[in-house]
Amino acid sequence: MKYVLLLYSDEAITPDFGTPEMDAEMQEWFNFTQELDGAGKHLGGEALHPAGSATTVRVRDGKTITSDGPFAETKEALGGFYLIDADNLDEATEWALKIPNVSYGTVEIRPIMEFN
Amino acid sequence: MPLRPSPVDHAFRTEWAPLVATLVRETRSLELAEDAVSEAFAEASVRWRTDGPPNKPGAWLLTTARRKAIDRIRRDARFAERIPALAEAAERPQTEPQRFGDDQLALIAGCVHPALNPEAQVALTLRYVCGLTTEQIAHSFLVPTETMKKRLTRAKKKIEAAGVPFAVPESDQLPDRLEAICGVVYAVFTEGYASASGPELIRGSLCDEAIWLSELLCELAPDDAEVHALAGLVLLTDSRRWARTDAQGLPILLEDQDRSKWDGARIERGLVHLARSAELPGVGPYRLMGSIAGLHARSTSVDDTPWARIAGLYGALLTLNDSPVLRLNQAAAMAWSEGAQVGLAMMDELAGLLSDYPYLHSSRAALLAKLGRTDEASAAYDRAIELSSNDAEIRWMRSRRDDLTASG
Repeated sequence: MKYVLLLYSDEAITPDFGTPEMDAEMQEWFNFTQELDGAGKHLGGEALHPAGSATTVRVRDGKTITSDGPFAETKEALGGFYLIDADNLDEATEWALKIPNVSYGTVEIRPIMEFN
Repeated sequence: MPLRPSPVDHAFRTEWAPLVATLVRETRSLELAEDAVSEAFAEASVRWRTDGPPNKPGAWLLTTARRKAIDRIRRDARFAERIPALAEAAERPQTEPQRFGDDQLALIAGCVHPALNPEAQVALTLRYVCGLTTEQIAHSFLVPTETMKKRLTRAKKKIEAAGVPFAVPESDQLPDRLEAICGVVYAVFTEGYASASGPELIRGSLCDEAIWLSELLCELAPDDAEVHALAGLVLLTDSRRWARTDAQGLPILLEDQDRSKWDGARIERGLVHLARSAELPGVGPYRLMGSIAGLHARSTSVDDTPWARIAGLYGALLTLNDSPVLRLNQAAAMAWSEGAQVGLAMMDELAGLLSDYPYLHSSRAALLAKLGRTDEASAAYDRAIELSSNDAEIRWMRSRRDDLTASG
């Protein structure tokens, strides 16, 4: 079986990068990832930029509706995800608009955080 | 503004947007571009005072801004790969930043990107395209500087993290994107012209910025009918700026305005843009609103105004976008062409939809007064006063109401 683990948290209480609290937490993330790797169970995963970087797109009556910010409808449930490589938000949006259920569902586009 | 702006002030007005636009393309970062151009102007204000302004101020500023950008990048390893191209550009013989070109259209398109919320789009446009400071924008929108600063910071973070492109939109998307850009320019104008709250009725500098932006857009998208119509609309509307308030800042109705105070230069420019728009295909809302403003501009008095045509243009606008506020405007035009009774009946039909809209009540009040229904007029003014948040309008409506009771 394959599983996806979706991580939710209150950004307001998440420590900022560069603080000792976050440094300590990063060590824990690193340890967890290593344990998963060691067990041969790690298939993939990424950290996301905060929700403020999200763009939400939907198509209704043939018209594209773009909004700033994360998906906020509680009635709709997460049904899947694609990890894509695109030059910029416009290209990511073009792909999002081709997703079959965008005409009745919602696609939230979140940039992946890159660590140097 | 001083009578003779300093060379730096003058360069700021003409060069800020082209410089930011060029640097955004070259550094691929709005933040880097902003800092580099700001620092270049800071250096200009010192150096030009002692050495005198250079022969080609734009070129001097561009080279200086590129060097500033390189300095800044050197301090930030994330951007290291962007140095070689910039360094090469900085060493080239000095050239002026490209004016009215793709870089500037790309800058505006990035600021008005659909992934940014409307408030952020307006703030970014005023900051990066017009070069207003955060304090000036905050002051114009009557919000604390700290609030505006946060709004801009949040927007810049989103741009950087989400990869919002600063690029000329693809041709299939250009009409939609231009429509959104026109929307932001018009929002800036209406905020300045009919400020809904606050001590001053007309915040002129926002109107000036909107006019400047609209004419810049005409250079960038010369074949778009709505872009020219928007420039016509804002110029023609703004031509009445000096006639629509009295010495105390109270509003003067169209029928009472001294039309010799209408600005002839703005009217002329506005009509040129409107004529250009008429030569291009496509009729949109700005063309219709611009035509209404054009009919007013060409009329010598309210009696001489073709109100039936104006009501017809409102009718056409309603087929594009039905809104109760447009219906109210149409009713006001009908009151002139068909009589107060007809206009009033149309307004009464809107009572449910616009019950909290002060202008419905003040418009009704004026027609009721004309029909001699003084008590009802007075009550309508009371309701409008209750709903308005504009100090000047409230004082004006009070005096109208008091005149009614004094004469009645």
